[in-house]
Amino acid sequence: MAMSFGSTLKELFRDYRFAVAFILLCLLITLAVMSFFAPHDPTLWYTAPRDLPPSRQHILGTTSRGQDVFWQAAFAIRNSLIISAIAGIVSRVIAVAVGLVAGYQGGKSDRILMFITDGFLVIPLFLIIVMLAMLIRDKMNIFTTGLLLAVFGWAWDARVIRAQVLSLREREFTRTAILSGSRTLELVSKEYMPYITPLAFSTLINNMSWAIGMEMTLSIVGLTNMDIPTLGTMLKWALNYQAILMRRWNWVLTPVMLSVFLFIALYWMSVSISEYLDPRTRVQRVGVE
Amino acid sequence: MFIKNYLIPRLLQYFLVIFLGITIVFFIPRLAPTNPVERTIAEIRSRGTYLDPRFVQDMVDALTEMYGLSGSWLDQYKDFWVRLSKGDFGVSFFQFPTPVITLIKRALPWTVGLLFTTTVFSWVFGNIVGGMAGYAYNRRWSKALDLLVMLIRPIPYYVFALGLLILFGYVYRKFPIAGGATIGATPSFTLSYILDVLRHSALPAMSLAILGAASWFQTSKLIVQNVNAEDFVQYAQLGGVREGRIIFRYVIRNAMLPQITNLALSLGQILSGALITEIVFSYPGVGHLLYSAISTGDYNLIMGIISLSIVAITTLVLIVDLIYPLFDPRIRYK
Repeated sequence: MAMSFGSTLKELFRDYRFAVAFILLCLLITLAVMSFFAPHDPTLWYTAPRDLPPSRQHILGTTSRGQDVFWQAAFAIRNSLIISAIAGIVSRVIAVAVGLVAGYQGGKSDRILMFITDGFLVIPLFLIIVMLAMLIRDKMNIFTTGLLLAVFGWAWDARVIRAQVLSLREREFTRTAILSGSRTLELVSKEYMPYITPLAFSTLINNMSWAIGMEMTLSIVGLTNMDIPTLGTMLKWALNYQAILMRRWNWVLTPVMLSVFLFIALYWMSVSISEYLDPRTRVQRVGVE
Repeated sequence: MFIKNYLIPRLLQYFLVIFLGITIVFFIPRLAPTNPVERTIAEIRSRGTYLDPRFVQDMVDALTEMYGLSGSWLDQYKDFWVRLSKGDFGVSFFQFPTPVITLIKRALPWTVGLLFTTTVFSWVFGNIVGGMAGYAYNRRWSKALDLLVMLIRPIPYYVFALGLLILFGYVYRKFPIAGGATIGATPSFTLSYILDVLRHSALPAMSLAILGAASWFQTSKLIVQNVNAEDFVQYAQLGGVREGRIIFRYVIRNAMLPQITNLALSLGQILSGALITEIVFSYPGVGHLLYSAISTGDYNLIMGIISLSIVAITTLVLIVDLIYPLFDPRIRYK
């Protein structure tokens, strides 16, 4: 914890996976930001000629709905990132709260919370999400999709955080803090948070990637709002218009490749950060080099 | 002692989880703002069918009865359990009037055949290769394999399956792109029919096996790297035990233990996993059935499939927990 932010970053960049992931993510975020300068509303049809191959005017061509593929992709990345950020952040709040209370309080509240958490781990979550999405299909938008995924995405990480709190509780400084009269809230926010924040962050990346994949899956099944361009709905429209059969690769492969880059970037970043956080694998990595 | 301290609490937990899971499945549709009966009628109307107002009330009554929505919630809830215990999930709506259970029974062999085989295969394959790569973690082939897996692993299943379908179904037309067998072929135990089924399962099986094996590879490699550092492995190395024997009898055997629990969990997820596979490759299993149920709003069918998969998962996990001591002689339930 003593290391400064700058040296942490420098250490992380020595891992090629982190460097590649960082650059990829920067590019994708730039693309998402560019959507704010788009010439057309992405939900409108026929703002361009239909089914054009890539050209100077439309660098990725146009869709059968008369939309520019490049600008659709910019909006899709932006909305997918927003959905996953909502899902990730809200579920982190739940996971940290559950993990802290269960781990610190122990006893009955621990048992009840862990029973609920295990329940979430054992039931076929995906099917339950599908069922809920079906019921609120008319009200699905960026926020409800994000919240729906948040409600189901915290259980595993709550367990991880609880395990960390359990080990912190047994350490010397907890007893020192309690004996010197610090209140629970103060103890948790001052002493525990520095240990829990990195965990919350590294699980956040994984969770965001899960949420993006989940959104794509729900879109393919037809359970999200098809008017909002996301990676999932963009792909679904391409499939609906038989873009594979018609070999309109510029249309189908854009969301496919973008999502592959996004997933690889998020995954490599999370692996790199969690290896950095876990000294055991760090020793092994340094030993290899 | 085993029975009192371990078996009974474990069984209690088992029944409690099933009870809660199925209760959730019961309540979700009832808490929703729209009710399935209204929804069904709206859907029939939106298809352009004219409904005579006199018959609408009759339809509402009939649908309410069929969905098990008559009476108070408590009555419905009791009725739901009574029907469930008989394996009766009501009749399907999109293939009216076939009972849900018949539809599931018809689709289940396809799903189990495809997903069970690939899950077990990728578990064995991924663990062995991952174990060897973890043991020789600083060899070149191990690092190359690691990079390959790092590229494949994060791709969500749907995108990966679609990629394979485009590549081998459309660009190089190597395999059939849809179905479980050639349309019109009569199921029989002849060589040609079996080959036909295998050819149709090639792409879905490949997509499941590659991604599955990649994920098992990683976990197994990680566990093995930790086992490597244990004293008994180093002792065996110093004592000149053959490398193959160390890998399989010392390292992988120990690393397998946590993977057995994971295998049970992933076998339990078969029914959810089937959904996407079977949509992409139009495979005639439970996942495809669920998809049709979702797109037609067939609540009885959806609830039937979800309830069954809750029972399947919890039972598998229970069985694995109970037979675990067979694999790990260190565990004794005291």
